[in-house]
Amino acid sequence: MHELSLCGAIAEIVTRRAGDRRVQVVHLQIGQLRQVVPDALTFCWTMLTEDTDLDGSTLDVDRVAAVLTCRTCGTRSDLPDPPAFACVGCGGLDVAIEAGEEFAVTALDLIPV
Amino acid sequence: MGRFHRHDGPEGHGHSHDHDHDHHHGVGDLSGYATADDRVEVLERIFGENERVGALNRADLDLAGAIAVNMMSSPGAGKTSLLAASLRWLTERHRVGVIEGDIETALDAERLAGLGAVVELINTGQGFGGECHLDAPMVRRALTRLPLAELDLVIVENVGNLVCPAEFDVGAHARVMVYSVTEGEEKPLKYPVMFRCADLVLVNKVDLLPHLDVDLAEFYKNLARVNPGVDTIETSARTGQGVAAFCAWVSARVPAGAIRR
Repeated sequence: MHELSLCGAIAEIVTRRAGDRRVQVVHLQIGQLRQVVPDALTFCWTMLTEDTDLDGSTLDVDRVAAVLTCRTCGTRSDLPDPPAFACVGCGGLDVAIEAGEEFAVTALDLIPV
Repeated sequence: MGRFHRHDGPEGHGHSHDHDHDHHHGVGDLSGYATADDRVEVLERIFGENERVGALNRADLDLAGAIAVNMMSSPGAGKTSLLAASLRWLTERHRVGVIEGDIETALDAERLAGLGAVVELINTGQGFGGECHLDAPMVRRALTRLPLAELDLVIVENVGNLVCPAEFDVGAHARVMVYSVTEGEEKPLKYPVMFRCADLVLVNKVDLLPHLDVDLAEFYKNLARVNPGVDTIETSARTGQGVAAFCAWVSARVPAGAIRR
């Protein structure tokens, strides 16, 4: 995948929100359905931030499992493997993806001044 | 003591936390509170900027009375051939623009030239990390080069890739995924995000079925697991099977109404 360009987008958010403070940890939420490889992301982050203000900062990834909610009977279930977007309770096909599509910067830990 | 004196935990109002600086806090001055000061809640979606530009693209298309269709597939599944076979039908009824995305070369754009549509090329090879898919800013730049006010339909032919394009809204109104029967039955399970994001799956190269061992029923079963109820059309760019049906599907989504001059 293109983890390097994703790191670019993350760095833009972090730089904007950190202001003039130095960053220790960037907390990310990555849903199971996002096609991102966390190890590749952290590797690219190190590469991208070298010799910048973000040098030394690390990514902390919180993986979110995919959860489906049936709009017909209300049953909540984990996404099976191999994947199936149908209700395990009633077999209904009208399911909502309640969790698993997250891809966000949730918080920053700044280095105390 | 400042007016605002917050503690992180349930402890009482004693002063047992250590500071190594003066304890005078002015109003609104949180500098003594490590937790409040050093943790910043952000809650920003990383794809937020791309989604914002995608929405702008859609808005510009809506304003021009046009729609965009994002065509995606693995390399070699037949996007360009199907598009070439479809342009004659489509350009008889609509004013069509094509945004052609490839990592390198203008080969596909050249193939599609002269079939009645305006063709704009995006080569992603030079972009910073933008190689394996089209994103909304790239498509936006291509849209500005098209005579949008004079078009009804823009077809975006994405970079051949079953993974990344599914993640990036480009500002299209519909997503068409081209799957070739030569790819076997299990792709929907291995690439659920791509198959699930499609509004239409074209089951292509069906003219080759007599030469293959693929179990098409199994493919449809797997497709139904990840995208129940998705529209499908069996196609062959070579024989023309399904091409008119594909064009009709697209054409039904083109806004009827005032043609802007």
